[in-house]
Amino acid sequence: MVTGADAAERRARAVAGSVPDPELPMLTLADLGVLRGVEVTADGTVRVSLTPTYSGCPALAEMGADVRRRLAEAGYGRVEVRTVLSPAWSSDWITERGRRALADHGVSPPGPAPARAPGPVPLVLGPTRPAVRCPRCGSADTEELSRFGATSCRALWRCRACREPFEHFKEI
Amino acid sequence: MDSPYEGLADEHADTEDRWAFGTGFAEARPGVDAALPAGVDGADLALYCRMLGDDALVMAQRLIQWCTAAPELEEEVALANIALDLIGQARPLLARAGRADGTGRDEDALAYHRDASEFRNVRLVEAPNGDFARSTARLLVFATWRLAVFTRLAGSADPVLAAVAEKGAKELAYHRDYAVQWTLRLGDGTRHSHERMTEGVAAVWPLLGELFAPHAVETRLAAAGVAVDPADTREETVGVLARVLEAATLDRPDEVPPPAPGGRDGVHSGELAPLLAELQAVAREHPEATW
Repeated sequence: MVTGADAAERRARAVAGSVPDPELPMLTLADLGVLRGVEVTADGTVRVSLTPTYSGCPALAEMGADVRRRLAEAGYGRVEVRTVLSPAWSSDWITERGRRALADHGVSPPGPAPARAPGPVPLVLGPTRPAVRCPRCGSADTEELSRFGATSCRALWRCRACREPFEHFKEI
Repeated sequence: MDSPYEGLADEHADTEDRWAFGTGFAEARPGVDAALPAGVDGADLALYCRMLGDDALVMAQRLIQWCTAAPELEEEVALANIALDLIGQARPLLARAGRADGTGRDEDALAYHRDASEFRNVRLVEAPNGDFARSTARLLVFATWRLAVFTRLAGSADPVLAAVAEKGAKELAYHRDYAVQWTLRLGDGTRHSHERMTEGVAAVWPLLGELFAPHAVETRLAAAGVAVDPADTREETVGVLARVLEAATLDRPDEVPPPAPGGRDGVHSGELAPLLAELQAVAREHPEATW
Protein backbone atom coordinates (compact mmCIF):
# COMPACT_ATOMS: atom_id res chain seq x y z
CA MET A 1 0.00 0.00 0.00
CA VAL A 2 1.27 3.40 -0.87
CA THR A 3 0.70 5.88 1.92
CA GLY A 4 0.39 9.60 1.48
CA ALA A 5 3.79 10.10 3.06
CA ASP A 6 5.44 7.65 0.63
CA ALA A 7 3.88 9.46 -2.31
CA ALA A 8 5.02 12.84 -0.98
CA GLU A 9 8.55 11.49 -0.60
CA ARG A 10 8.59 10.00 -4.09
CA ARG A 11 7.36 13.25 -5.54
CA ALA A 12 9.92 15.29 -3.59
CA ARG A 13 12.67 12.91 -4.74
CA ALA A 14 11.56 13.33 -8.36
CA VAL A 15 11.57 17.13 -8.04
CA ALA A 16 15.01 17.28 -6.35
CA GLY A 17 16.46 14.67 -8.70
CA SER A 18 15.36 16.55 -11.82
CA VAL A 19 17.29 19.72 -10.90
CA PRO A 20 20.01 20.23 -13.54
CA ASP A 21 23.66 20.38 -12.54
CA PRO A 22 24.70 24.07 -12.67
CA GLU A 23 27.91 23.37 -14.60
CA LEU A 24 26.82 20.38 -16.69
CA PRO A 25 23.17 21.19 -17.37
CA MET A 26 22.71 18.14 -19.58
CA LEU A 27 22.85 16.11 -16.34
CA THR A 28 20.34 16.13 -13.52
CA LEU A 29 21.53 15.80 -9.94
CA ALA A 30 20.12 12.27 -9.98
CA ASP A 31 22.09 11.46 -13.15
CA LEU A 32 25.28 12.77 -11.56
CA GLY A 33 24.75 10.64 -8.47
CA VAL A 34 25.11 13.50 -6.01
CA LEU A 35 21.57 13.26 -4.65
CA ARG A 36 22.11 10.90 -1.73
CA GLY A 37 18.75 10.99 0.01
CA VAL A 38 15.34 12.64 0.16
CA GLU A 39 13.02 12.14 3.08
CA VAL A 40 9.88 13.87 4.25
CA THR A 41 9.66 14.11 8.04
CA ALA A 42 6.47 13.83 10.08
CA ASP A 43 6.03 17.61 10.11
CA GLY A 44 6.33 17.80 6.32
CA THR A 45 9.92 19.05 6.13
CA VAL A 46 11.80 17.76 3.10
CA ARG A 47 15.34 16.75 4.06
CA VAL A 48 17.68 16.48 1.07
CA SER A 49 21.22 15.09 1.27
CA LEU A 50 23.74 16.12 -1.38
CA THR A 51 27.35 15.02 -1.76
CA PRO A 52 30.03 17.01 -3.61
CA THR A 53 31.82 15.42 -6.55
CA TYR A 54 35.11 16.97 -5.33
CA SER A 55 35.78 18.48 -1.89
CA GLY A 56 36.10 21.97 -3.34
CA CYS A 57 33.33 21.78 -5.91
CA PRO A 58 31.99 25.35 -6.00
CA ALA A 59 28.74 24.24 -7.61
CA LEU A 60 27.52 22.58 -4.43
CA ALA A 61 26.10 25.79 -2.95
CA GLU A 62 24.22 26.47 -6.18
CA MET A 63 22.89 22.92 -6.28
CA GLY A 64 21.49 23.36 -2.78
CA ALA A 65 19.91 26.70 -3.67
CA ASP A 66 18.38 25.22 -6.84
CA VAL A 67 16.96 22.24 -4.94
CA ARG A 68 15.41 24.57 -2.37
CA ARG A 69 13.83 26.75 -5.03
CA ARG A 70 12.44 23.87 -7.09
CA LEU A 71 10.95 22.19 -4.04
CA ALA A 72 9.43 25.49 -2.89
CA GLU A 73 7.89 25.92 -6.35
CA ALA A 74 6.50 22.40 -6.06
CA GLY A 75 4.74 23.39 -2.84
CA TYR A 76 7.14 22.14 -0.19
CA GLY A 77 7.31 24.85 2.44
CA ARG A 78 10.12 23.56 4.64
CA VAL A 79 13.26 22.25 3.00
CA GLU A 80 16.59 21.33 4.60
CA VAL A 81 19.60 20.62 2.41
CA ARG A 82 22.50 18.80 4.03
CA THR A 83 25.94 17.98 2.73
CA VAL A 84 27.25 14.47 3.30
CA LEU A 85 30.85 13.49 2.53
CA SER A 86 30.75 9.77 3.22
CA PRO A 87 30.58 7.52 1.30
CA ALA A 88 32.75 9.60 -1.02
CA TRP A 89 31.26 10.28 -4.45
CA SER A 90 32.51 8.17 -7.34
CA SER A 91 32.14 8.75 -11.07
CA ASP A 92 30.78 5.18 -11.11
CA TRP A 93 27.58 6.66 -9.65
CA ILE A 94 26.76 8.53 -12.87
CA THR A 95 23.71 6.81 -14.34
CA GLU A 96 23.56 5.23 -17.80
CA ARG A 97 21.21 8.02 -18.85
CA GLY A 98 23.75 10.53 -17.56
CA ARG A 99 26.57 8.88 -19.51
CA ARG A 100 24.56 9.05 -22.72
CA ALA A 101 23.71 12.71 -22.04
CA LEU A 102 27.40 13.53 -21.55
CA ALA A 103 28.40 11.80 -24.79
CA ASP A 104 25.52 13.47 -26.69
CA HIS A 105 26.92 16.83 -25.58
CA GLY A 106 30.49 16.12 -26.58
CA VAL A 107 31.86 15.12 -23.16
CA SER A 108 33.37 11.66 -23.07
CA PRO A 109 31.89 9.76 -20.10
CA PRO A 110 34.17 8.28 -17.42
CA GLY A 111 35.42 4.71 -17.53
CA PRO A 112 35.43 2.60 -14.37
CA ALA A 113 36.89 4.39 -11.35
CA PRO A 114 40.21 3.01 -10.08
CA ALA A 115 39.64 0.20 -7.62
CA ARG A 116 40.65 1.23 -4.12
CA ALA A 117 41.65 -1.49 -1.72
CA PRO A 118 42.23 -0.41 1.87
CA GLY A 119 45.83 0.58 2.57
CA PRO A 120 48.40 2.59 0.63
CA VAL A 121 47.49 3.76 -2.87
CA PRO A 122 49.92 2.03 -5.25
CA LEU A 123 52.35 4.29 -7.08
CA VAL A 124 52.09 4.11 -10.87
CA LEU A 125 55.08 5.50 -12.75
CA GLY A 126 53.95 4.69 -16.28
CA PRO A 127 51.05 6.28 -18.15
CA THR A 128 47.83 5.93 -16.18
CA ARG A 129 45.58 7.24 -18.86
CA PRO A 130 42.28 5.51 -19.46
CA ALA A 131 41.26 4.41 -22.94
CA VAL A 132 39.06 7.26 -24.09
CA ARG A 133 37.00 7.40 -27.27
CA CYS A 134 36.31 10.63 -29.09
CA PRO A 135 32.67 11.58 -28.37
CA ARG A 136 32.38 13.13 -31.85
CA CYS A 137 33.79 10.53 -34.22
CA GLY A 138 34.19 7.52 -31.95
CA SER A 139 37.89 7.05 -32.68
CA ALA A 140 40.06 5.51 -29.97
CA ASP A 141 43.08 7.43 -31.30
CA THR A 142 42.96 10.14 -28.65
CA GLU A 143 45.45 11.88 -26.40
CA GLU A 144 45.31 13.75 -23.12
CA LEU A 145 46.17 17.45 -23.37
CA SER A 146 45.77 18.29 -19.71
CA ARG A 147 44.84 16.26 -16.67
CA PHE A 148 42.73 19.16 -15.39
CA GLY A 149 40.03 21.16 -17.13
CA ALA A 150 37.42 23.86 -16.70
CA THR A 151 35.93 22.16 -13.66
CA SER A 152 37.34 19.70 -11.12
CA CYS A 153 35.55 16.79 -12.74
CA ARG A 154 36.85 17.17 -16.31
CA ALA A 155 40.13 16.76 -18.20
CA LEU A 156 41.08 18.11 -21.62
CA TRP A 157 41.62 15.66 -24.51
CA ARG A 158 42.13 15.75 -28.27
CA CYS A 159 41.12 13.34 -31.01
CA ARG A 160 43.95 12.55 -33.43
CA ALA A 161 41.48 11.24 -36.04
CA CYS A 162 39.03 14.15 -36.35
CA ARG A 163 41.45 16.66 -34.78
CA GLU A 164 38.79 18.03 -32.43
CA PRO A 165 39.50 18.77 -28.77
CA PHE A 166 36.98 17.47 -26.27
CA GLU A 167 36.43 17.12 -22.56
CA HIS A 168 36.64 13.85 -20.68
CA PHE A 169 34.90 13.22 -17.38
CA LYS A 170 37.59 12.08 -14.94
CA GLU A 171 37.43 8.68 -13.25
CA ILE A 172 37.46 9.04 -9.49
CA MET B 1 25.22 50.62 -16.83
CA ASP B 2 27.75 51.02 -14.04
CA SER B 3 28.68 47.42 -13.57
CA PRO B 4 28.44 44.46 -15.92
CA TYR B 5 27.11 42.45 -13.00
CA GLU B 6 24.04 44.64 -12.71
CA GLY B 7 22.96 43.51 -16.15
CA LEU B 8 23.26 39.92 -15.09
CA ALA B 9 21.34 40.62 -11.92
CA ASP B 10 18.49 42.26 -13.86
CA GLU B 11 18.36 39.52 -16.41
CA HIS B 12 18.22 36.86 -13.74
CA ALA B 13 16.39 38.79 -11.06
CA ASP B 14 14.19 35.81 -10.28
CA THR B 15 17.10 33.41 -9.96
CA GLU B 16 19.58 35.63 -8.20
CA ASP B 17 20.61 32.91 -5.80
CA ARG B 18 22.03 30.91 -8.71
CA TRP B 19 24.81 33.39 -9.14
CA ALA B 20 28.08 33.46 -7.36
CA PHE B 21 27.71 37.15 -6.60
CA GLY B 22 24.31 36.59 -5.04
CA THR B 23 24.05 36.40 -1.30
CA GLY B 24 22.36 34.12 1.10
CA PHE B 25 24.01 30.83 0.27
CA ALA B 26 23.54 28.75 3.37
CA GLU B 27 25.68 25.73 2.71
CA ALA B 28 25.03 23.12 5.34
CA ARG B 29 28.29 22.09 6.93
CA PRO B 30 28.82 18.37 6.54
CA GLY B 31 28.10 17.17 10.06
CA VAL B 32 30.87 19.18 11.68
CA ASP B 33 28.84 19.37 14.87
CA ALA B 34 28.76 15.59 15.25
CA ALA B 35 29.44 14.46 18.81
CA LEU B 36 33.09 14.04 19.81
CA PRO B 37 34.28 10.45 20.10
CA ALA B 38 34.14 9.21 23.71
CA GLY B 39 37.11 10.19 25.83
CA VAL B 40 38.50 12.68 23.31
CA ASP B 41 39.47 16.14 24.48
CA GLY B 42 37.80 18.85 22.40
CA ALA B 43 40.83 21.14 22.53
CA ASP B 44 43.08 18.33 21.23
CA LEU B 45 40.70 17.47 18.42
CA ALA B 46 40.38 21.14 17.45
CA LEU B 47 44.14 21.57 17.30
CA TYR B 48 44.55 18.45 15.17
CA CYS B 49 41.83 19.66 12.77
CA ARG B 50 43.67 22.97 12.53
CA MET B 51 46.96 21.21 11.73
CA LEU B 52 45.44 19.31 8.81
CA GLY B 53 43.22 22.22 7.76
CA ASP B 54 46.05 24.77 7.87
CA ASP B 55 48.34 22.48 5.84
CA ALA B 56 45.71 22.42 3.10
CA LEU B 57 44.84 26.11 3.27
CA VAL B 58 48.42 27.40 3.16
CA MET B 59 49.42 24.92 0.45
CA ALA B 60 46.42 26.04 -1.61
CA GLN B 61 47.46 29.67 -1.27
CA ARG B 62 50.96 28.84 -2.54
CA LEU B 63 49.51 26.91 -5.49
CA ILE B 64 47.21 29.70 -6.63
CA GLN B 65 50.17 32.08 -6.65
CA TRP B 66 51.06 30.26 -9.88
CA CYS B 67 47.98 31.70 -11.58
CA THR B 68 49.24 34.05 -14.32
CA ALA B 69 52.80 32.86 -13.67
CA ALA B 70 52.97 29.18 -14.72
CA PRO B 71 54.86 28.05 -17.85
CA GLU B 72 51.60 27.12 -19.57
CA LEU B 73 47.94 27.92 -19.10
CA GLU B 74 47.16 24.22 -18.61
CA GLU B 75 49.44 24.11 -15.55
CA GLU B 76 47.77 27.16 -14.03
CA VAL B 77 44.43 25.42 -14.43
CA ALA B 78 45.88 22.22 -12.94
CA LEU B 79 47.44 23.93 -9.93
CA ALA B 80 44.31 26.00 -9.28
CA ASN B 81 42.20 22.82 -9.42
CA ILE B 82 44.51 21.12 -6.93
CA ALA B 83 44.27 24.20 -4.70
CA LEU B 84 40.49 24.09 -4.92
CA ASP B 85 40.42 20.47 -3.74
CA LEU B 86 42.66 21.41 -0.82
CA ILE B 87 40.46 24.37 0.15
CA GLY B 88 37.54 21.96 0.03
CA GLN B 89 39.41 19.71 2.46
CA ALA B 90 40.32 22.64 4.73
CA ARG B 91 36.79 23.98 5.12
CA PRO B 92 35.14 21.16 7.10
CA LEU B 93 38.37 20.69 9.11
CA LEU B 94 38.41 24.33 10.23
CA ALA B 95 34.66 24.31 10.84
CA ARG B 96 35.08 21.18 12.97
CA ALA B 97 37.93 22.87 14.88
CA GLY B 98 35.68 25.83 15.73
CA ARG B 99 33.02 23.49 17.10
CA ALA B 100 35.36 21.14 18.95
CA ASP B 101 37.15 23.90 20.85
CA GLY B 102 33.86 25.37 22.02
CA THR B 103 34.51 28.85 20.59
CA GLY B 104 31.95 28.47 17.82
CA ARG B 105 34.27 30.17 15.33
CA ASP B 106 33.34 29.31 11.76
CA GLU B 107 35.74 28.38 8.96
CA ASP B 108 36.08 32.00 7.79
CA ALA B 109 36.90 33.25 11.28
CA LEU B 110 39.68 30.68 11.50
CA ALA B 111 41.01 31.20 7.97
CA TYR B 112 40.93 34.99 7.93
CA HIS B 113 41.25 36.15 11.52
CA ARG B 114 44.19 34.25 12.95
CA ASP B 115 47.78 35.48 12.83
CA ALA B 116 50.78 33.42 11.78
CA SER B 117 51.64 32.17 15.27
CA GLU B 118 48.14 30.65 15.54
CA PHE B 119 48.58 28.60 12.36
CA ARG B 120 49.71 25.00 12.88
CA ASN B 121 50.74 24.04 9.35
CA VAL B 122 54.06 22.34 8.66
CA ARG B 123 56.78 24.58 7.25
CA LEU B 124 56.86 22.61 4.01
CA VAL B 125 53.70 24.34 2.78
CA GLU B 126 54.69 27.91 3.63
CA ALA B 127 58.11 27.73 1.94
CA PRO B 128 58.30 29.95 -1.15
CA ASN B 129 57.32 28.52 -4.53
CA GLY B 130 60.67 29.03 -6.18
CA ASP B 131 60.67 27.94 -9.81
CA PHE B 132 58.28 25.42 -11.34
CA ALA B 133 60.65 22.52 -10.60
CA ARG B 134 60.86 23.42 -6.92
CA SER B 135 57.09 23.81 -6.69
CA THR B 136 56.75 20.41 -8.37
CA ALA B 137 59.13 18.85 -5.82
CA ARG B 138 57.14 20.36 -2.96
CA LEU B 139 53.82 19.20 -4.41
CA LEU B 140 55.24 15.70 -4.88
CA VAL B 141 56.34 15.54 -1.23
CA PHE B 142 53.15 17.11 0.08
CA ALA B 143 50.70 14.97 -1.92
CA THR B 144 52.66 11.77 -1.19
CA TRP B 145 52.76 12.47 2.55
CA ARG B 146 49.17 13.72 2.88
CA LEU B 147 47.89 10.74 0.88
CA ALA B 148 49.70 8.43 3.31
CA VAL B 149 48.08 10.29 6.22
CA PHE B 150 44.59 10.36 4.70
CA THR B 151 44.43 6.69 3.68
CA ARG B 152 45.08 5.89 7.36
CA LEU B 153 42.83 8.66 8.70
CA ALA B 154 39.85 7.26 6.77
CA GLY B 155 39.54 4.79 9.64
CA SER B 156 39.46 7.52 12.32
CA ALA B 157 37.07 7.23 15.25
CA ASP B 158 36.05 10.82 14.54
CA PRO B 159 33.34 10.82 11.85
CA VAL B 160 34.32 14.19 10.37
CA LEU B 161 38.01 13.33 10.08
CA ALA B 162 37.13 9.93 8.60
CA ALA B 163 34.80 11.44 5.99
CA VAL B 164 37.17 14.25 4.98
CA ALA B 165 40.02 11.74 4.67
CA GLU B 166 38.06 9.15 2.69
CA LYS B 167 37.06 11.77 0.14
CA GLY B 168 40.35 13.67 0.16
CA ALA B 169 42.43 10.54 -0.44
CA LYS B 170 40.93 10.14 -3.93
CA GLU B 171 41.86 13.72 -4.78
CA LEU B 172 45.36 13.45 -3.31
CA ALA B 173 46.05 10.32 -5.36
CA TYR B 174 45.33 12.40 -8.47
CA HIS B 175 47.52 15.27 -7.20
CA ARG B 176 50.39 12.88 -6.53
CA ASP B 177 50.00 11.45 -9.99
CA TYR B 178 50.24 14.93 -11.52
CA ALA B 179 53.39 15.75 -9.52
CA VAL B 180 54.95 12.37 -10.39
CA GLN B 181 54.44 12.93 -14.11
CA TRP B 182 56.09 16.36 -13.97
CA THR B 183 58.96 15.08 -11.83
CA LEU B 184 59.65 12.34 -14.38
CA ARG B 185 59.40 14.76 -17.28
CA LEU B 186 61.71 17.37 -15.77
CA GLY B 187 64.14 14.97 -14.06
CA ASP B 188 64.52 12.70 -17.07
CA GLY B 189 64.34 15.60 -19.52
CA THR B 190 67.00 17.98 -20.76
CA ARG B 191 70.22 18.66 -18.91
CA HIS B 192 68.81 22.01 -17.84
CA SER B 193 65.48 20.64 -16.59
CA HIS B 194 67.37 17.86 -14.77
CA GLU B 195 69.52 20.45 -12.98
CA ARG B 196 66.53 22.55 -11.98
CA MET B 197 64.63 19.51 -10.70
CA THR B 198 67.69 18.40 -8.73
CA GLU B 199 67.86 21.86 -7.13
CA GLY B 200 64.14 21.78 -6.41
CA VAL B 201 64.35 18.47 -4.58
CA ALA B 202 67.40 19.66 -2.64
CA ALA B 203 65.55 22.81 -1.56
CA VAL B 204 62.52 20.92 -0.29
CA TRP B 205 64.29 17.96 1.34
CA PRO B 206 65.35 19.74 4.58
CA LEU B 207 61.65 20.29 5.35
CA LEU B 208 60.89 16.57 5.32
CA GLY B 209 61.81 15.78 8.94
CA GLU B 210 58.93 17.75 10.41
CA LEU B 211 56.39 15.71 8.47
CA PHE B 212 57.09 12.58 10.48
CA ALA B 213 57.59 14.10 13.95
CA PRO B 214 54.54 13.50 16.14
CA HIS B 215 53.23 16.42 18.13
CA ALA B 216 51.97 15.58 21.65
CA VAL B 217 48.39 16.16 20.44
CA GLU B 218 48.87 13.72 17.55
CA THR B 219 50.30 11.11 19.90
CA ARG B 220 47.38 11.41 22.32
CA LEU B 221 44.76 11.33 19.58
CA ALA B 222 46.47 8.47 17.74
CA ALA B 223 46.26 6.41 20.95
CA ALA B 224 42.50 7.09 20.95
CA GLY B 225 42.17 5.95 17.33
CA VAL B 226 41.31 9.48 16.16
CA ALA B 227 44.54 10.75 14.59
CA VAL B 228 47.36 9.26 12.54
CA ASP B 229 50.80 9.13 14.13
CA PRO B 230 52.84 10.82 11.39
CA ALA B 231 55.82 8.62 12.20
CA ASP B 232 53.78 5.73 10.74
CA THR B 233 53.72 7.46 7.35
CA ARG B 234 57.49 7.80 7.07
CA GLU B 235 58.28 4.49 5.43
CA GLU B 236 55.56 4.82 2.79
CA THR B 237 56.33 8.46 2.04
CA VAL B 238 60.10 8.09 1.78
CA GLY B 239 59.69 4.84 -0.16
CA VAL B 240 57.41 6.41 -2.76
CA LEU B 241 59.68 9.45 -3.10
CA ALA B 242 62.73 7.22 -3.58
CA ARG B 243 61.04 5.29 -6.38
CA VAL B 244 59.90 8.45 -8.15
CA LEU B 245 63.32 10.11 -7.89
CA GLU B 246 65.06 7.00 -9.18
CA ALA B 247 62.71 6.73 -12.16
CA ALA B 248 63.31 10.44 -12.83
CA THR B 249 67.10 9.81 -12.81
CA LEU B 250 67.44 12.15 -9.83
CA ASP B 251 69.80 11.54 -6.93
CA ARG B 252 68.05 11.10 -3.67
CA PRO B 253 69.34 13.41 -0.96
CA ASP B 254 70.93 11.29 1.76
CA GLU B 255 69.10 11.39 5.02
CA VAL B 256 65.74 12.67 6.14
CA PRO B 257 66.87 15.48 8.45
CA PRO B 258 65.84 15.46 12.11
CA PRO B 259 62.83 17.63 12.85
CA ALA B 260 63.35 21.08 14.30
CA PRO B 261 60.61 22.78 16.36
CA GLY B 262 58.31 24.23 13.80
CA GLY B 263 54.91 24.81 12.36
CA ARG B 264 53.00 22.32 14.49
CA ASP B 265 53.90 24.48 17.51
CA GLY B 266 53.09 27.72 15.71
CA VAL B 267 56.78 28.50 15.13
CA HIS B 268 56.99 29.58 11.51
CA SER B 269 59.46 30.97 9.03
CA GLY B 270 59.20 34.60 7.98
CA GLU B 271 57.43 33.44 4.82
CA LEU B 272 54.06 32.74 6.42
CA ALA B 273 53.05 36.24 7.55
CA PRO B 274 53.23 37.83 4.07
CA LEU B 275 51.34 34.85 2.60
CA LEU B 276 48.58 35.30 5.19
CA ALA B 277 48.50 39.06 4.61
CA GLU B 278 47.63 38.36 0.99
CA LEU B 279 45.11 35.64 1.90
CA GLN B 280 43.38 37.68 4.60
CA ALA B 281 43.50 41.26 3.29
CA VAL B 282 40.01 41.47 1.80
CA ALA B 283 38.26 39.72 4.67
CA ARG B 284 39.98 41.92 7.25
CA GLU B 285 39.29 45.11 5.33
CA HIS B 286 35.60 44.24 4.99
CA PRO B 287 34.74 42.17 8.05
CA GLU B 288 31.02 42.72 7.43
CA ALA B 289 31.15 41.26 3.90
CA THR B 290 29.32 38.06 3.02
CA TRP B 291 29.82 35.76 0.06
